[in-house]
Amino acid sequence: MQPQLIICEHCDSVYQRPALTPKQTAHCQRCGALLERGRHLTTDQLLALTVAAAILFMLANAFPIVEISMQGLSNEATLWASVEALAEGRITIIALVTGLSIIFAPALQIILLGWVLYHARGGRIAPGFRTCMRALEHLRPWSMLEVCLLGILIAIIKLAGMLEVHAGLGLWAMAMLTVLIILISGRDVRDLWNELQVPVR
Amino acid sequence: MSSPPFASELDLQLCHDCGQVCQSGAIECPRCDALLHHRKPDSLARTWALLITALILYVPANLLPVMYTDMFGSGSENTILSGVIEFWRDGSWDIAVIIFIASVVVPCAKFLVLGVLLVTVQRRSRWAMRERARLYRFIETIGYWSMLDVLVVALVAALVQFRALSTIEPRLGILFFGLVVVLTMIAAMTFDPRLIWDAEINDDRHA
Ligand SMILES: [Zn+2]
Ligand SMILES: [Zn+2]
Repeated sequence: MQPQLIICEHCDSVYQRPALTPKQTAHCQRCGALLERGRHLTTDQLLALTVAAAILFMLANAFPIVEISMQGLSNEATLWASVEALAEGRITIIALVTGLSIIFAPALQIILLGWVLYHARGGRIAPGFRTCMRALEHLRPWSMLEVCLLGILIAIIKLAGMLEVHAGLGLWAMAMLTVLIILISGRDVRDLWNELQVPVR
Repeated sequence: MSSPPFASELDLQLCHDCGQVCQSGAIECPRCDALLHHRKPDSLARTWALLITALILYVPANLLPVMYTDMFGSGSENTILSGVIEFWRDGSWDIAVIIFIASVVVPCAKFLVLGVLLVTVQRRSRWAMRERARLYRFIETIGYWSMLDVLVVALVAALVQFRALSTIEPRLGILFFGLVVVLTMIAAMTFDPRLIWDAEINDDRHA
């Protein structure tokens, strides 16, 4: 309706939409919250990073994150095995939360972003664009790869005292994936609403 | 410097899902179909309920063991705090500090900040509004780091599975702790920071 106006989500102040150069930010005068950020990445760049993220996601899930050995025995764990370890007995519900935060939420983010960006590249609005964008908005707080990465490092240090611990291929993939997810799941993609001029009914 | 107008004064409201500026009174966002609310519905009551539930669950989360470790036949159970102390004694004080911050400082800060925000909003306080708004954004950003201990337990339990030699298993405490993290995250999302500024609107301009 009024694309030239912008409302602060933290205090309801209304402003004229500022014209920002890339990496410039605008903050709310009243509450200090971030209003808008000049775009970092173009649609092409976002799509390229999303494809890279999809590949890294598959590697991070296919290969073990950490391997340990003790007295000639060895064992390894993937992300999925970590989720499964919580799925026994009365604590199963925590396995669901963990699975959401380190596997399902990032996976959905990559799939939805890929779908939306692939179409946006040709200037088209993807089928189901509204649902995809709203899902992305609601998924963001539940995607916790960076917390998982710190958790893996702590687990490695914890076990290194008693066992032999090696980082698996999955860990390197996951470390890179974490950086990519932070880059692509930011606010940049929100600009698509205006850029594609999604019609208002 | 004159302060910017509030959306309600211009008969506008914000769509939280897509950022569209909508007419006051509209039920759905014309651009993304999300339900619109002038303020998040029942924000105060819902946030209180979630906060108090989380606070109650935080007790068993700390008292019950989160992990059972069996090394060469000698078993021991660890609570969150005893795990921190163990790290400290083993000389990994940096890890001890990280886990202590994620599992104790962050949740307690969330309880405290949300409690203060709820009470001050209910009293329509105009005290330190900018600082309170900043506090809210702070706990909203750091909240999910509390999941750290859950993820450490998950990974360690998945790795250390050597049958007779040694095993590590998760215990009930981790369920309560995980629920506390989820509930405080939802509580922070349910709280509407715009309520902080409503004291200014109604007292000043429409008195
Ligand atoms: Zn603001
Ligand atoms: Zn909308």
